[in-house]
Amino acid sequence: MNWPSLILSLKLAVWTMVVLLPIGIVLSRQLAWRRFPAKGLVEAALALPLVLPPTVLGFYILITLGGGSPIGQFYDAVLGRSLVFSFDGLLVASVIFNLPFVVLPMRRAFESIPPEVREAAACCGMSAGRILWRIELPMAWPGILSALVLTFAHTIGEFGVVLMVGGNIPGETETIAIAIYDRVQAFDNAAAGLMSAVLLIVALAAIGITYAATSSVGRRNI
Amino acid sequence: MVAKLTVALQDDGPFRLDVQLSCATGEILALVGPSGSGKSRVLRSIAGLYRPKRGEIIYGDEVWYDPAKAVNLTPQQRRVGIVFQNYALFPHLSAIKNVMEALGDRPPSERRARAGELLDLVNLGGLEDRNPAELSGGQQQRVAVARALARDPNVLLLDEPFSAVDKATRQRLYRELADLRRQLRMPVVLVTHDLDEAAMLADRLCILHRGRTLQEGPPFDVMTRPATPEIARLVELKNTFEGRVLEHQAGNDRTFLGWGPYTLETTYQPNFPEGSCVTWTIPNARVIIHRPDRPSRGERENPVSGIIMEFVPLGDWTSVAITVDGVPDSPLFMTVPTHVAHRNDLATDKRINASLLAKGIHLMPLSHEDEA
Repeated sequence: MNWPSLILSLKLAVWTMVVLLPIGIVLSRQLAWRRFPAKGLVEAALALPLVLPPTVLGFYILITLGGGSPIGQFYDAVLGRSLVFSFDGLLVASVIFNLPFVVLPMRRAFESIPPEVREAAACCGMSAGRILWRIELPMAWPGILSALVLTFAHTIGEFGVVLMVGGNIPGETETIAIAIYDRVQAFDNAAAGLMSAVLLIVALAAIGITYAATSSVGRRNI
Repeated sequence: MVAKLTVALQDDGPFRLDVQLSCATGEILALVGPSGSGKSRVLRSIAGLYRPKRGEIIYGDEVWYDPAKAVNLTPQQRRVGIVFQNYALFPHLSAIKNVMEALGDRPPSERRARAGELLDLVNLGGLEDRNPAELSGGQQQRVAVARALARDPNVLLLDEPFSAVDKATRQRLYRELADLRRQLRMPVVLVTHDLDEAAMLADRLCILHRGRTLQEGPPFDVMTRPATPEIARLVELKNTFEGRVLEHQAGNDRTFLGWGPYTLETTYQPNFPEGSCVTWTIPNARVIIHRPDRPSRGERENPVSGIIMEFVPLGDWTSVAITVDGVPDSPLFMTVPTHVAHRNDLATDKRINASLLAKGIHLMPLSHEDEA
């Protein structure tokens, strides 16, 4: 069992969720309720990671964040370390390829809040922040939760993008999905099997939590 | 505080808006019109949820909206209470918490007690902890009313608040609103497409059609003395006919109107010159049938004769339409108590006589349907 890889994957998944939660909420509220120019373009760009081969996405991220790129150079100049082939780079890539998995369910959740309910809240004198906290988030909660679970499961399992952007540096960027591949390449099926089983349990637990939470929320609202 | 709400709104384009209305403290103004007439848009503008291109919304000496001066108060700043057609309750919060959310101005320790009082006011005591889904439509409406009143709003806005409940509940809610309004010290704007509802609840009625306010006044006036044939149609005056002004007699307080072979007496209405063609109308209730068994003096008042072409009992009242001799294309409608209809053996194809009460006849300009 490759514990460092498992811990790295869990860490990456948790950080991805932490970063994507506010980004997802902001983006999906805009997409759900606002009309703005080039909205279709934004939607298409957000959905792109769904259809793009992970290696292609990883390649572009690698080029964009690499040491030769302005972003990579800026990062190096400010923090003194490389963005690619590091945990930071993995996190950036992970956030990008998880965007559609976060935005789609969250957007549906926010769209399902009737506009009159938010208007009623404003007429009740509630501030925008309070409306978000007391009305929108509780009502959109099942969608937000499933977005986070999807992100978590998807990050743990992602292979192509992680390999392209992170390389395969043990302890640094070798996630559990890569470690499994690595073990299979080394004919160590026992280790690969164990790690796969752990991932299976994690995935089942994630799905179970979503179902349990959303169905109890559903009962409360019906 | 005694303050008046004054609203003037204009929008161009396919959803044109040209609205002028005012509503005083303690007054219920009903905004009536068919669906798509812009009623809800007017209400939403007052609440600050919609911004028309031009106009002005003034409450007392506060300007709430004036795009020319870049003034636009938020819904929070305007302090309006609004009840939506589908109530828009917060589904995840209990009845009392729904109301408490609107009590943000008060210290947290007072909120629960005040919300409880408001729920008692709308007769929902005992149901405080139920979620909206566990309440009936009528109960949900009451929660919405309590929530709208919680902020001690400057203005109360009701957007078709009775349309989503069954008839029996609606009747009960009417009575409750009529009771409640004695305690309300604010302008109340009620949007509805139901004329009877407006007549029952409102002090004044404002007819809205295709985004334009057409006539405003006490419900009885608007519903019996519409300014134009278009309004007559909107207030469902079926007895609308064309005639010619024959003569004015100011001294007798009489105007004489030619209609087919008949000469009808009306009250003095000198706005229309002698010889001019007019549209005239009479409410169904001002057409009185003659009882063959007991002639009365009233029979001399604009008597007409005709054949019953339609006889529709509607519970306590019966709607009767007759084809009047000499004006075959203009059915005359009247409403008679069902027991009167029975006593007089009214039935289709029977001949009856009726009087058009002079006081009920109201003259209007000729219709210009294409102008709208």
